Amino acid sequence: MNELPGDLLYTSDHEWLRREGDGSVTIGITEHAATALGDLVYVELPEIGQEVESGGEMAVVESVKAASDVYAPVAGSVTAVNEELADDPERINAEPYGDGWIVRMEVGNLDESALMSPDAYQRLLDELDD
Amino acid sequence: MSELIFEKSRNGRRAFAQAPADAEVTAIPGRFLRTDKPRLPEASELQTVRHFTRLSQKNFSIDTQFYPLGSCTMKYNPRACNALALLPGFTGRHPLGPVSHGQGFMQCMHELQQMLKEVTGMVGVSLTPMAGAQGELAGVAMIKAYHDARGDAERTEIIVPDAAHGTNPATATMCGCKVREIPTGPDGDVDMEALDAVLGPKTAGIMLTNPSTLGVFERHIKDIADRVHAAGGLLYYDGANLNAILGKVRPGDMDFDVIHMNLHKTFSTPHGGGGPGSGAVGVNERLLPFIPVPVVRKTEVGGETVYDWAGEEDFPQTIGRLSGFMGNAGVLLRAYVYMRMVGRDGMERIAEYATLNANYLMARLRDAGFELAFPRRRASHEFIVTLRHEAREVNLTAMDVAKALLDRNFHAPTTYFPLLVPECLLIEPTETESKETLDNFVAAMIEIARAAKEDGVEYKEAPYTMPVRRLDDVKAARELDLRYRPD
Amino acid sequence: MPFIPHTEKDTREMLATIGAEEIEDLFDEIPAELRIEHLDGIPEALSEMEVSRLMRERALQDGSPMCYIGAGAYEHHIPTAVWDIATRGEYYSAYTPYQAEASQGTLQTIYEYQTMITELTRLDVSNASLYDGASGLAEAALMAVRANRKVKTGLVLIAPGVNPVYEKVAQAISGGQGLRYEWLPRDEATGNVAFDELPDGREPVAVVVQQPTFAGTLEDVDRLTDWAHAQGALAIGIANPTSLALLEAPGNWGAEGVDIACGEGQPLGIPLSSGGPYFGFMTCKQKHVRQMPGRIVGRTTDLDGSPGFALTLQAREQHIRRSKATSNICTNQGLMVTAATVYMSLLGFEGIARVARQSHANTTRLVDGLCSIDGIERLYGGPYFHEVALELDRPVGPVLEALGRKDILGGYDLTAWAGTDALLVCATETKTASDIDTCIAAFAETMADERRYE
Repeated sequence: MNELPGDLLYTSDHEWLRREGDGSVTIGITEHAATALGDLVYVELPEIGQEVESGGEMAVVESVKAASDVYAPVAGSVTAVNEELADDPERINAEPYGDGWIVRMEVGNLDESALMSPDAYQRLLDELDD
Repeated sequence: MSELIFEKSRNGRRAFAQAPADAEVTAIPGRFLRTDKPRLPEASELQTVRHFTRLSQKNFSIDTQFYPLGSCTMKYNPRACNALALLPGFTGRHPLGPVSHGQGFMQCMHELQQMLKEVTGMVGVSLTPMAGAQGELAGVAMIKAYHDARGDAERTEIIVPDAAHGTNPATATMCGCKVREIPTGPDGDVDMEALDAVLGPKTAGIMLTNPSTLGVFERHIKDIADRVHAAGGLLYYDGANLNAILGKVRPGDMDFDVIHMNLHKTFSTPHGGGGPGSGAVGVNERLLPFIPVPVVRKTEVGGETVYDWAGEEDFPQTIGRLSGFMGNAGVLLRAYVYMRMVGRDGMERIAEYATLNANYLMARLRDAGFELAFPRRRASHEFIVTLRHEAREVNLTAMDVAKALLDRNFHAPTTYFPLLVPECLLIEPTETESKETLDNFVAAMIEIARAAKEDGVEYKEAPYTMPVRRLDDVKAARELDLRYRPD
Repeated sequence: MPFIPHTEKDTREMLATIGAEEIEDLFDEIPAELRIEHLDGIPEALSEMEVSRLMRERALQDGSPMCYIGAGAYEHHIPTAVWDIATRGEYYSAYTPYQAEASQGTLQTIYEYQTMITELTRLDVSNASLYDGASGLAEAALMAVRANRKVKTGLVLIAPGVNPVYEKVAQAISGGQGLRYEWLPRDEATGNVAFDELPDGREPVAVVVQQPTFAGTLEDVDRLTDWAHAQGALAIGIANPTSLALLEAPGNWGAEGVDIACGEGQPLGIPLSSGGPYFGFMTCKQKHVRQMPGRIVGRTTDLDGSPGFALTLQAREQHIRRSKATSNICTNQGLMVTAATVYMSLLGFEGIARVARQSHANTTRLVDGLCSIDGIERLYGGPYFHEVALELDRPVGPVLEALGRKDILGGYDLTAWAGTDALLVCATETKTASDIDTCIAAFAETMADERRYE
């Protein structure tokens, strides 16, 4: 497993979140989640403009053996989705933190208290390994 | 793969014996008529027969292989059941034909209802659900209807153990209920503390399989029933494993309020390569008003027995109809013939020999060094082997064993179910298999494991002897090819 | 003991291996107070010879009347090879093809079936079948809700020509998830939808259209499909597969075609058999494939790069997705699909077209004859396929009973549906001209008789 990007925040459900500095955030799933699911074959994306609650179901990622909900780490309004994933879901396996992003959302006041730092998420992964 | 029937097709070739004389269409205006021609095969009768006969030979089946599929009860399907259900008087009967021309059929159905009540200890049976999952839907819908009829509409939670079949939670969702999953204790029984924690004024009911999908009998069933009933909920019995307890204990006596039976398991109707099933439901007094219709009723008219249909007018609170007519009648006839041939004593022997076979196979595999998931428990009619040590130590997974067994001419057991046991094989031999077959299966299992441990043999690319090698599931899902397109 | 192979010696040895004294010991985990001794209500076993005799008697008791009932299930000739092949043990006693390498026969058969059904309905993808036509509508409506996410009303509008039982079944199966079904207005003159009275702005998630209609008429499906799309709804088309050799395919209805087609597969080689087992077919446009319920077979390649077949898109299904599955459905009607695939292969398009044309011609002969009888006329004018609604000048029940005594099942009593004394008749290719004339004569006699006794 590669090192976690230091500029992201994480959730215990294995999503990551990047603050874009303009009041919006980008969201994806972590390399750990992508590896556990296996080769992804499909991603179900939300509609642009959709309002999502914190913890609400936002997308579905599907491999041949599992389908898993992606939960919104924070509340917000969807402003962009990664359309490339429709034809190329394996981007999530290849570059989970880059081309494999899933959703961009406009958020109000970002409540970071429920999110994890890279160190905290790394500790969670270490525990799961044991 | 074999050439597709479409690739054997030639313009203008026909199986002429099968088409009626032609006629002219006079009364349909052109705007309703089809504008293109569907590309169906054009083949001779011999080509068609040969094509599908050859295809059939690429299947494993009960008639050709041992099928120890846990939770599926792959027992022998007696030939007479099929032949007698296909008698012309039965196959030719229109579902909307009058009861005057259906007394023979309806008597069979009424007697089947009676026999199913007897083996389950319930007071009402409806034969209409067309598969186990539809029986489940009927059961949960009845539970919902019962609470709603009492003005208890807040009861929307269905409790499901984590070991349950996937259809249980899916069914609860289909009925508009919320699923509360509860864990299993270390010996395979329901965790009673966890049960207490989820029971409450929102509890609609609990769905249980007993013996459970872990292959063990739920010893606290009476206590569970008392607690769920005390909380105002009802109990649903998933009949997937009814084969294990026929004539020994009845769901009705365990205080279940509603059950579905998989006639394609316990009563030996064919699996048919994935259906048709039949998921008759049984209910106690409490749920009788809500039973799906139609059901067959026996009445006396002028000293004569007459069978007729009871419908919405007789059960005004019914959850309704689940099929266009009365369900999978032909499957029900096969189950009826089976039950008549097996009879009272035979029915009791079924659970006995299914259980004997399972416990024998379990003992032999344990003695050969395989780890059991629940070593302190009796097997019911099935049991679980876990390969977690083999997977870690010699990279021999449940999937590998499954594929390696195919090369030894055995169908694989159920793999990776239940989800909570790692690298598991759920093994159900059924009562119709002989000791020699079980011994041969054990020998194959021993050899597969021995070769992995001692000779470093890997099965990652098995099977080798089937019509195809291991298939690329990822490609199948990413590059969907769901129909033939001539290019 | 039937079907149990154990000798006494086997049983002794097996118990010894287990370490048990007797079989009864194996049930010692079941609480004693729950145990029963015997199944007293189950009759003693019959031998195969005895049960064969019993079943033959019962089947004979139901006779072989001449049947002119349709109403959703149709008598067609079934080539002998169809069930000869389908009941081969390798098809009949096989399990669901989860172990793909050991199930290529079933899988390829389903792939061929999927191809044939998409051809007949002229849509992109098919599943491996559902339980029957009626429950298929419930699954189609639930699928429409998933595929048409923008519409949140849960409202499904149904054309008046849809089989009324289908609506009941759809309600029973999907009502729990908040779907509501409402009938569109019927034009009493034509029996079809009243276009002038269609409700605009109801925001239906789906509109259901059936061709031919339950009463046998032909609906303006193009206009209705376009109306559905104009309302922001998905169009669900129900069709009789035999009719598709003659009538326009659902995929070609209106400007865009329907989004989902479904219906009763029984006419494709499945015996009437008191209502089942049949199978429901379902096809849809490519873009909705992931919302489709049930099993789907795909072609892929194996480790050697050779083509082969496997179940695909399984992650949508209950055994993986559990409470979030597209449906709780976990079976298709595999055996019936095998039979239907053989049926379609043997008949081909030309054969099914002949069945359709001959059924149409026979129904025309029957209806023309019946309408020449005093007191019988067509309920609706207009074109039909192989089923026609007739209006009688008296209650239908006694007429059907009188015909029944002559071993003729004279049709389906349509009175409750039509709101007037009405009968639905169908004569498929299985009827000869002489059969039909016998039926007409029997009707004439019955109608005259009844008049005499008035």
